[in-house]
Amino acid sequence: MTKLGPGGWSVRLIVLAIGVALLLAPFLFPGVRPIQVAARICVFIVLVASYDLLIGYTGVVSFAHTMFFGLGAYGTAIALSQSDASWGALLIGGALGVLAALVLAVLIGLLSLRVRAIFFAMVTLAVASVALVLASQLSGLTGGEDGLTYSTPDLFSPATPLWHDAAGKTARLFGVRMDGQILAYYLVFFCALLLYLLLLRVTVSPLGTVLKAIRENEARAEALGYRVVAYRTFVFGFTAVMAALAGVLYAIWLQYTGPDTTLSFEIMVDILLMVVIGGMGTMWGAVIGAAALVMAQYYLRDVMQAAAGATAGLPLLPALLNPDRWLLWLGIAFILLVYFFPAGIAGTLTRREARK
Amino acid sequence: MNALELSGVQTRIGRYDVLHDISFSVPEGGVFVLLGRNGAGKTTTLRSIMGLRAPHAGSVRFRGEEIAGLHPSVIARRGVAFVPEDMGIFRSLTVAENMTLATLRGRFDGARLEWIHSLFPALKTFWNSTAGGLSGGQKQMLAVARAIIEPRALIMIDEPTKGLAPAIVDAMAEAFREIARDTTILLVEQNFEFARSLGRDMGVIEDGRIVHTGTMAAFAEDRALQTRLLSLSV
Repeated sequence: MTKLGPGGWSVRLIVLAIGVALLLAPFLFPGVRPIQVAARICVFIVLVASYDLLIGYTGVVSFAHTMFFGLGAYGTAIALSQSDASWGALLIGGALGVLAALVLAVLIGLLSLRVRAIFFAMVTLAVASVALVLASQLSGLTGGEDGLTYSTPDLFSPATPLWHDAAGKTARLFGVRMDGQILAYYLVFFCALLLYLLLLRVTVSPLGTVLKAIRENEARAEALGYRVVAYRTFVFGFTAVMAALAGVLYAIWLQYTGPDTTLSFEIMVDILLMVVIGGMGTMWGAVIGAAALVMAQYYLRDVMQAAAGATAGLPLLPALLNPDRWLLWLGIAFILLVYFFPAGIAGTLTRREARK
Repeated sequence: MNALELSGVQTRIGRYDVLHDISFSVPEGGVFVLLGRNGAGKTTTLRSIMGLRAPHAGSVRFRGEEIAGLHPSVIARRGVAFVPEDMGIFRSLTVAENMTLATLRGRFDGARLEWIHSLFPALKTFWNSTAGGLSGGQKQMLAVARAIIEPRALIMIDEPTKGLAPAIVDAMAEAFREIARDTTILLVEQNFEFARSLGRDMGVIEDGRIVHTGTMAAFAEDRALQTRLLSLSV
């Protein structure tokens, strides 16, 4: 293990490549869709890394992670939609959302982390369900099923030039318009990078070692003098704050917050899949898992469309490769990944390198 | 002054009473050996002292203070270390990380670490290796080293020689003698020769009750008592 935590050089290279691609995404892949994908990857890296700290490092199974994500997003969204699109509203709404996530996590943790893992998981599932129902039913506040659409400060608007060229128009850098949307993307990117590095730092700190010890042998950790419930509650609260901050970033980026984008169980399943694909308890896996699944969700249909076109003259294949069957192929890809990378991509590659 | 005093300790596991009446005192310093047949309640006694299996009746006094019912982490911080039968090492962590965890403050006393390395040189060799890859003897060394990385008033060790090669057992005995110079050891052991070579005082548990206490020297001389209590024919 090194200062950067477990991970072979191949894993670090993959993560570095993803990082560079995300940093240069607006220039490497111009267009609305690629930047949407890149921003979603950035947000999900934080969300998945924080969940990995919880489940992979501490052994706590929670289904409430999307609820905390949603609290951050809804806090920001409600504040922005009920006032002017000011920085003050954004900061206050975001802070209140994060605070609500922290308070709720500490309450759930103190009341429920003493019970066995399966019961705790059920408690979080129940609480997350209640949050989802409340978000749908308190339509006066949350916009119900339709969610909330709002404006962010003008600085993040695509109509706001960051600087002007000689002709007085929005300046371009390498052909890309330097407007508020670019600024919003880099806000999301650098905040996500900061939060991810903070999470990574925790895993290689003495606290991270204690968390791994708790995951491995709870009774032994207690007999060494560690209050397991206190540590678990702290990590549950800390990861809830991280998830809520990811929610704030997502709310700023999308300028829309609804149950489907933040609170739904589909997102919880996505997070679980990303953790498993990347490699549980690796932290690097969060980057790989988030990038892989988000890319698949956005581009697998396009790839299948192209493949179906290329095999148009063949029997059966075009039907099998019909873009409508993308979920089937995503499922097959997942099964193959689990088979060939049983510890996730980062975990399995690291083990293979360690054996050499 | 006694390091540890148990009086009328009763412990249940589920619906079953495992310890009925455990009463004995461990004097400060030296090695106190707890003997008994399989299933007599030796391990449960250690776990009850450590708070891992809270007694439902009786008293456990550590250096004069009641510790029965306290959380294991509190008992550990008061100066009691426990080396369980399964060694309880963290397999996925390195030797260094296992040792660091036991310091609580996350810092080593350099002189003490040197002393531990002199007792168990293998730990220095495998300092940055994953603990799960150590041999059985090395894991046992790590488990004991973890218990003594900080000064403790009482170290409880459960069957440390189980499954170990004779050479490792001899090294372990030497280490325990060294540790017992400034620490009280409460040792549960099936290997009577090992126990006899180390023990100053002893007790015998039978069916969840202490049925004999005394000096190890006297017990080692009384073959009839050994045969009656432990079915030993030394």
